[in-house]
Amino acid sequence: MTVGGWRPATVAAARPATAHARILTLHVPGWPGNLPGQHLDIRLTAEDGYQAERSYSIASSGPGESVELGIDRIDDGEVSPYLVDVIEPGDMVEVKGPLGAYFVWDAGDPAPVQLIAGGSGIVPLLAMARARSAALGGEAPFRLLYSVRSPADAMYRAEVDALTAAGIAVDWRYTREAPGEWDGEVGRLTAETLAAGTWPPDARPLVFVCGPTRFVEATADLLVAAGHPPERVRTERFGGA
Amino acid sequence: MDDSPHHGAPPDEPHGPVRHVDGNALAGLLADVFAADMTMALLACGHCGQAGPLAAAVVEDDGAAAILRCRSCTRTLLTVLRADGRLSLRIGALARLDVAV
Repeated sequence: MTVGGWRPATVAAARPATAHARILTLHVPGWPGNLPGQHLDIRLTAEDGYQAERSYSIASSGPGESVELGIDRIDDGEVSPYLVDVIEPGDMVEVKGPLGAYFVWDAGDPAPVQLIAGGSGIVPLLAMARARSAALGGEAPFRLLYSVRSPADAMYRAEVDALTAAGIAVDWRYTREAPGEWDGEVGRLTAETLAAGTWPPDARPLVFVCGPTRFVEATADLLVAAGHPPERVRTERFGGA
Repeated sequence: MDDSPHHGAPPDEPHGPVRHVDGNALAGLLADVFAADMTMALLACGHCGQAGPLAAAVVEDDGAAAILRCRSCTRTLLTVLRADGRLSLRIGALARLDVAV
């Protein structure tokens, strides 16, 4: 859990994830590596010295000085519009981390893992799914429920679909607009659709829920009402709408 | 291992003679409390008694003050103020903070 102050970081690569999100790869000299699910703080400093800090989840894990972030633009935000629309490879920021011990998957834990993402909440959950896919002989059963407004709003869409090849069950939920071939319901998660897209409490999964605050609170309430023990439901709220 | 009288036993059950020292003697012990990642620290609310990991508590952060609230009763457990290059930690309704060592 190394923290240890601010480190300079260089943007090594930037590619669009959706019309309003981007995937940044940072090169962070001295980065000690991170666990799947951890986050970092980014600090931007304006020419007049004004500074702004925000937390961003890390899509990558393991050793190395390369750190991948998936960042969704909050239109009235102070930091995300710059990271999504302005910053370019070669630009520098400062980062602090890796941070967090609560919203972290322990690759040595054989318990089933149910991931539930809302929007850009996929980022730390993808780090866990990637770690599970990469773990040779990893035994923990994984299942992902990914709720997005529309297909075009899904970050990492192709990679998420490809997780099924690694033995990770993937369920999609569309809250406003579904793809043409979709024959399910469209709308926010309900007790019924959540039960249909996730493992039941009897399976004793460790559940990770990440996304906008209202999504996480509604989902966590439904999970507990369905019988999941509160201490098996780990949450990370991004704020926003 | 640490043989200090306040370590590992409730305050009303001392298991050795009380040593009268000063805060310097707590450097190592408090390093274990405050140097750890705090998201897994267990915080107990002195108002309603609810206890849970810090990561699950409610936070309101406007950039100057980060207010940590009890998710059960909404009382302010603690506040971190950022000002003039200093951080100020103000304890509110927090009754207890437990960390694994």
